[in-house]
Amino acid sequence: MSDTTTNEHPSHLLDRVVIRFAGDSGDGMQLAGDRFTTSSALLGNDLATFPDFPAEIRAPAGTLAGVSAFQVHISDHDISTPGDAPNVLVAMNPAALRANLDILPPGATIIVNVDAFEERNLAKAGYETSPLADGSLSSFSVYEVPMTSITTEVSKDAGVKPRDAERSKNFFALGLISWLYTRPLEPTAAWIEERYEGKPLVKEANLRALKAGFHFGETAELFESSYEVRPAELAPGEYVNITGNTATAWGLIAASTRSGLPLFLGTYPITPASDILHELSKHKQFGVRTFQAEDEIAGIGAALGASFGGALGVTTTSGPGLDLKSEMIGLAINLELPLLIIDVQRGGPSTGLPTKTEQADLLHAMYGRHGEAPVPIVAARTPSHCFEAVLEAARLAVKYRTPVILLSDGYLANGTEPWRLPDVDDLPRIEPDFATGTNHVDDDGNPVFWPYVRDEDTLARPWAPPGLSGLEHRIGGLEKQDGSGNVNYDGANHERMTRLRAAKVAGIASDIPPTEVDDPDGGAEVLVIGWGSTYGAIAAGVQRTRARGHKVAQAHLVHLNPFPSDLGEVLSRYKRVLVPEVNLGQLSRLLRAEFLVDVVSFTQLRGVPFRAASLESAILELLNAHGVGSVPGDPSEGAPPTELPDGEFPANGKGGHR
Amino acid sequence: MTDLAHAHPHDAGGPTPVAVTTRKDWSSDQEVRWCPGCGDYSILAAVQMLMPELGVRRESTVFLSGIGCAARFPYYMNTYGLHSIHGRAPAIATGLATTRPDLDVWVVTGDGDSLSIGGNHLIHALRRNVNLTILLFNNQIYGLTKGQYSPTSEVAKVTKSTPFGSLEQPFNPLSLALGAEASFVARTHDMDRKHMMETFRRAHDHHGSSFVEIYQNCNVFNDGAFEAITGKEHRSDMLIPLVHGEPIRFGADGEHGVVLRPDGTLEVVSVAGVGEDALLVHDEHRDNPGLAFQLSRLSRGPYEPTPIGVFRDVDRPEYGDEMSRQVDGVVERRGVGDLAALLRSGSSWKVG
Repeated sequence: MSDTTTNEHPSHLLDRVVIRFAGDSGDGMQLAGDRFTTSSALLGNDLATFPDFPAEIRAPAGTLAGVSAFQVHISDHDISTPGDAPNVLVAMNPAALRANLDILPPGATIIVNVDAFEERNLAKAGYETSPLADGSLSSFSVYEVPMTSITTEVSKDAGVKPRDAERSKNFFALGLISWLYTRPLEPTAAWIEERYEGKPLVKEANLRALKAGFHFGETAELFESSYEVRPAELAPGEYVNITGNTATAWGLIAASTRSGLPLFLGTYPITPASDILHELSKHKQFGVRTFQAEDEIAGIGAALGASFGGALGVTTTSGPGLDLKSEMIGLAINLELPLLIIDVQRGGPSTGLPTKTEQADLLHAMYGRHGEAPVPIVAARTPSHCFEAVLEAARLAVKYRTPVILLSDGYLANGTEPWRLPDVDDLPRIEPDFATGTNHVDDDGNPVFWPYVRDEDTLARPWAPPGLSGLEHRIGGLEKQDGSGNVNYDGANHERMTRLRAAKVAGIASDIPPTEVDDPDGGAEVLVIGWGSTYGAIAAGVQRTRARGHKVAQAHLVHLNPFPSDLGEVLSRYKRVLVPEVNLGQLSRLLRAEFLVDVVSFTQLRGVPFRAASLESAILELLNAHGVGSVPGDPSEGAPPTELPDGEFPANGKGGHR
Repeated sequence: MTDLAHAHPHDAGGPTPVAVTTRKDWSSDQEVRWCPGCGDYSILAAVQMLMPELGVRRESTVFLSGIGCAARFPYYMNTYGLHSIHGRAPAIATGLATTRPDLDVWVVTGDGDSLSIGGNHLIHALRRNVNLTILLFNNQIYGLTKGQYSPTSEVAKVTKSTPFGSLEQPFNPLSLALGAEASFVARTHDMDRKHMMETFRRAHDHHGSSFVEIYQNCNVFNDGAFEAITGKEHRSDMLIPLVHGEPIRFGADGEHGVVLRPDGTLEVVSVAGVGEDALLVHDEHRDNPGLAFQLSRLSRGPYEPTPIGVFRDVDRPEYGDEMSRQVDGVVERRGVGDLAALLRSGSSWKVG
């Protein structure tokens, strides 16, 4: 860290900071966090965000159940997680303070809206005495700011009613944090101007609150200094800050554009997948048809009908929605038509934790249908990677005439990261390769079309949407005769068809990249392997153990069915394999079953992503327990390195994960 | 590229005249496997004989079905066909019809398929007015699963699953369809090919969702369910033909008629008693579905005089057209989508 000086205030350089905005569901914390993120992105920081909100739209004000938070991690170097623990907590009321206190490391900064710390709110949050007065916050730096009263005061002469003016206090908080971390107000001011164009009073109140927050920081002499986080050294290119759901929607449009197939989304609103529908429905200029169906089954049914007609049929869902779609996925497997099922996983079973993340649908995606019903499975690993993952899922669906399940999750869906935009012309092309004529000769020597004559390489059947004379054919859920596609109940034919469908999906292994292993030093004896949204946390955890001098390799699976063809060989190279998952060990089971490798499962499912520190602990524990890849001494008890590549505070030994 | 059909190679050529076809051209090479004597045979024959008259192409015709005896129908039509899963055909058909407005999409279903497991999809397809021709084979029984009561079975029906009689009030399929905002609602029966063909023709020609209930005899599990009204010797006194613009009357000499009572209900009367001018004149195009609903409930079951024919035929925006119009409108205003521009549509920034 080095000191620099702006006009009047000293400004310290930080390499990174994690800020958590927390308040009532109605306080606009998601908005404040989102605007802070945008300003930081425009400044060139690397960043990752984690919106964390309750399932209730507006739980009773002031209660713990109603606390909504937005965590953003900004840095001057490459980061992969939204941070384990906040350096700064903005708490708009006592409940927001209380709900987030246990994740704050000692020494963290807390900025409270002191106006909200009155008796009623304290009681609602379960405080008998004010934590601001009883010394319980002594290990933190606490700043008491009268956000509500200043916000109301500055709009007094603008004609805004006090109750309405008060609602701008999120912009006050944003202004204050913008001063503290040296962010310009202009992008947010411009955004307010545009967003509230038709509501001059709201616009004025928000602008005034934003500026008042900034000026408060500058003049109140409460803070010793402000801080600066310099731009990160990102690869050259054009960047946007993107959520997983937006990247998914854009990926679908790209798949449509790159295949020439019209896009049809059949879906039913469900958290946290609905934003994909919202985003796609905005972009009809791409010929996108979005259909909000009467239920989950109709959503996927309509998508399958569109696929039968020659469109790129897609359905999006989450949690219980995937259960409901199971039968239709089975039909699509029998019909052997392209279909994309995008599952934005959330906590289950049943309604579970609608707004919280989990990756517990892997085995459902693998096995959740009656009969032998394999489907390819692709998993996105970061918010921006959803774009690429969708394109890959669409490629497989179209090429192999099969439903494909793409697994995203609640963390990817709403989390953001900067994304270096690809060159559109470099995106893969997808060839629909429709049937154009007859493909068989019947017993009388007449050319005929048989819907289940397979491509020798891919085992895919022809895709012949209605419209071509001479290709009329009937397909359905009953078992087909190999070739002709006529209904057939013969046992030998059923076995042949079952094995063909399985072989078709298994054969995709030769059409996907080999396992990518990150082992910079070589010679690692421990491999940490994961899938889906744990990528960033695992990468951070692995880097932290490497910083301690350990050799640890990392691999992350994008294709979960089939696995890359070299995966068994890769796993066999390591003495120990650790599999962290936000479930009870689903990938572990698959790896054990498929490769007879005694992998170690490390799991937690608390509705939030892994912390880098948890993974660091788990890796160190494995290293210690098995005496592999260790450095002299006991690393988990040694002094932690002063510089950690990612995350906030070093792991404090065994079982340190939350 | 806003029209899905443009994605297909066959659209390059432009229209060619529709070839003259016969019933044989519309029959697939698959052996029909319904029970001998099943009413489905006559419905299949009526459809296959109608197709050459409609001036449509086999390659642009799709028959879609769910599960049940009726659902085997697509296998027997030499068109494109999809035999799907129980109750879901209207949903699948909605995706097909809205993305391929160039196609004629027929949905063949039964009382179990579309009024029990698939009730939700049926009412929503009708509400949206998707361009589908829906043929509901109503035999008031589950045939494929061998004889359980269905949602149209009469109360107290004794079946394999209700040895002491069923306890449930049945659906009236036409009342249900009218309540679901259907724009075309008709009824016919499997004993009258001419009436079936005429009704199916009207249903096909209607733009939007067409709903046709067909009284169909299941001679194995519910034989004679409609005999009291569709039997040749009963028809004139028990079937009330609805003809647009004509007074509603029936009987060998037109001696019975239907009048609208002051309390808004309908009543079957003797024409001689009330005079011809008192009879209700049938109007298919009436915007208010109230009278059509009354007609649908004139008979309490297939043992009272029962109206057949077209109950309702009104113009309403078709869902696929509206969806296309919206897409085309956006394309017109914004131009065809540009992927590179979309990716840069948010706040982007440059590095290096």
